[in-house]
Amino acid sequence: MSNSAAEEKPSRFMLVMGKIKGLLAIILVAIIYIWSARGVGFSLIEIIGELPSFFNLLWDMVPPNWAYSIRLINPLLETFQTAIAGTILGTLLAIPLILLCASNVNRNNPLYFASKGFMNLMRTIDPMLYAAILVAGVGLGAFAGMLALMFFSMAVNAKLTSESLEAIDDGPLEAIEACGGNKLEMIKYAVAPQILPTFASYTLYVFEINIRASTVLGLVGAGGIGVNLDTSLNLFRYPNAAMVILATFVVVVLIDHLSNVLREELV
Amino acid sequence: MEIIECEGLGVTYPGGVEALKNVDLTIEDGDFVIVVGLSGAGKSTLLRTINRLVEPTTGTIKVDGRVINNLDKKELKEYRSEVGMIFQNFNLVNRSSVLRNVLAGRLREVPTWRTLLGLFPEEDVEEALSCLERVGIKEKADSRADELSGGQQQRVGIARALAQEPKILLADEPVASLDPPTSHAVMQDLKRINEEDGITTLVNLHFIDLAQEYGEKIIGLREGELVYQGPASKVTEAKFEEIYGRSITADDQLTAGGEADV
Amino acid sequence: MKTSNTSLRDYEKKSMKWYVGYFVVLALFIWSMIGMNINLERISDGIPAMGRILALMVPPDTARLESSVIGMIETIQIAVIGTTIAAIFSIPVSFMAARNLGLPTAVSTAGKQILNAIRTFPSLVFGIFFVASYGPGPLAGVMALGINSIGMLGKLNSEIVEAIDPGPIEALEATGANYPEMFLYAVIPQVLPEFIGTTLYRFELNLRQASVLGLVGAGGIGVTLMQALQFRRWAIVGMTMLVIIVVVTILDYSSAFIRKKII
Repeated sequence: MSNSAAEEKPSRFMLVMGKIKGLLAIILVAIIYIWSARGVGFSLIEIIGELPSFFNLLWDMVPPNWAYSIRLINPLLETFQTAIAGTILGTLLAIPLILLCASNVNRNNPLYFASKGFMNLMRTIDPMLYAAILVAGVGLGAFAGMLALMFFSMAVNAKLTSESLEAIDDGPLEAIEACGGNKLEMIKYAVAPQILPTFASYTLYVFEINIRASTVLGLVGAGGIGVNLDTSLNLFRYPNAAMVILATFVVVVLIDHLSNVLREELV
Repeated sequence: MEIIECEGLGVTYPGGVEALKNVDLTIEDGDFVIVVGLSGAGKSTLLRTINRLVEPTTGTIKVDGRVINNLDKKELKEYRSEVGMIFQNFNLVNRSSVLRNVLAGRLREVPTWRTLLGLFPEEDVEEALSCLERVGIKEKADSRADELSGGQQQRVGIARALAQEPKILLADEPVASLDPPTSHAVMQDLKRINEEDGITTLVNLHFIDLAQEYGEKIIGLREGELVYQGPASKVTEAKFEEIYGRSITADDQLTAGGEADV
Repeated sequence: MKTSNTSLRDYEKKSMKWYVGYFVVLALFIWSMIGMNINLERISDGIPAMGRILALMVPPDTARLESSVIGMIETIQIAVIGTTIAAIFSIPVSFMAARNLGLPTAVSTAGKQILNAIRTFPSLVFGIFFVASYGPGPLAGVMALGINSIGMLGKLNSEIVEAIDPGPIEALEATGANYPEMFLYAVIPQVLPEFIGTTLYRFELNLRQASVLGLVGAGGIGVTLMQALQFRRWAIVGMTMLVIIVVVTILDYSSAFIRKKII
């Protein structure tokens, strides 16, 4: 009897503690909301009050200026090229970073943590931030956009692939070590065959992200179709802007689909 | 002539586990030695210490008259290429071809720039193929490793070790993932290679009937200590019980389940 | 004779496929470089230029720490409110898009298509439209994130709804409960923790998004950054980037920590 009473006490205590914790969490969340809402000047009246002007803008976009589509072919190609070149260069740069960020390949602890830190740091920065900085640094145009996508896709690919790499079967690595193979041979004969399909799949995934990102690079002057969107809106040519949106949508959906087909082939 | 001599060999893992304690051991050139003991007795550590996949904490290991404790990186790779290793889980690259897996055994013989480009000289490819032929699966050379049965995969593992042209073969529980008939076939392959080439062979096993059937000599480990070393013929059931520290059960025998006569 | 000519290549039929792949990638790369007018000169000028601007950003202008932090706070607030709006709207949408709640297939298919369409566009596109209609400022950013995030949250949440255990629903049905009761006692408790998980995940993404919305005028630290870039004040750029990196990293880890605790 006394035994069960002893068990009951802490559980009741835990229950009360749990409730207090829950209450504290709710209060904390409420404070965060009030603080944020005040900070951004959130007001339902303003949101609802401005909605008509938003719908007016949408209304002004209809019908899209179909004729403008011809002039979008080159910018679209440039968008596509920026994403391709950025993905390829980013992938090449990712290869050494992946190997450095996998603890089963890189057994040098300080180097491993330094590489992971570098990778995570590069990953926090959105491709648009890279683009804005690079446009100011190396000039307007697709070159800055390509470099932006390169840095970002290097970091994302390194993150995804190195995590998969750390989960591969270490047996073959040990076998190569036991044969007297060196590090490079271990990478080529035990690591690469296991990780290549995953790496290729993540590369396609990064390419999909890059395609989406490349369509807006032009908003900061880094080339591609985003430039057309920016100028159309600045000059109040809303039917042109609608055409840009439509064209972007079609291209992104098509490339996504293609990339998905390729990825299923790989795995 | 002794090929392997261990003196006062001890291994303590970073977590504090003492896997081997003060092991003194000699193995004659050309011996076929079975290492028995419960799992956790240090069998695997002993084998891995011999090719320095595990670093000894105390004591010395002499192979072919040379102390191998303090080899530098290059010497270590050279030394490891003289010691073939066969693993319980085969440790093959599943997605690579059988031939490519076996060619891993030739890595040390071929310059790195060639191995990285996949340009193995003809004679090394020939050597790899002949190793596959010796274990009877030459026709599987261009299959993907994971298309093979467990027994065939372990033969690829043996062929890879043979491709190193080793002086010593270490087999760590080579039949633990295999069914009884295949286990016997793989043990027979190992024994045949030992007899034909005179390669000193150490095999970890936990099945006492396999140990008695194939072993010339037996080493018994119990909780990291060497408790028996001698000819297999002199190991009685009582001796096994001493090594295992408990009475022998059906689980300790491969054929106890009634699948005898292989 | 034939056996002595065997080489590794003969045993690997697949290699041809890989060579075609390499060739296609190389061709695409060259085509892209030519199309973008990138030549060796551009590259040889660009790489040292990147090094130069990086060097100019260090040390960051500490006098601008306060204004950067203020900008970053606004960014966090935009992400919080934007994510919340999306979370609220995504709940009905995700139930509509789920296939297992007895709604007509036409509704769930249409719901999924709309969510996919919203997901296609980066939030900056929404940002630029809301800046055009609401005027520059954080509210445009809030609306951009709020609308854009419904796409992903709705999709993830509808998948969660589709994966719930039908057992509890049946059990309540057996007791004679009506639809709202079943919903309240069998569906909501199952999906709520995971909904919070996806919302926090989206918050992590939105925090990054909110840091760039300012580039098109939609508030937050991006505005500070854009001004510094226009005047080529690299030390201020360095300070802003430092604040972004530190805050995003800290919030990423805390959000991931909370997510693990909840689910």
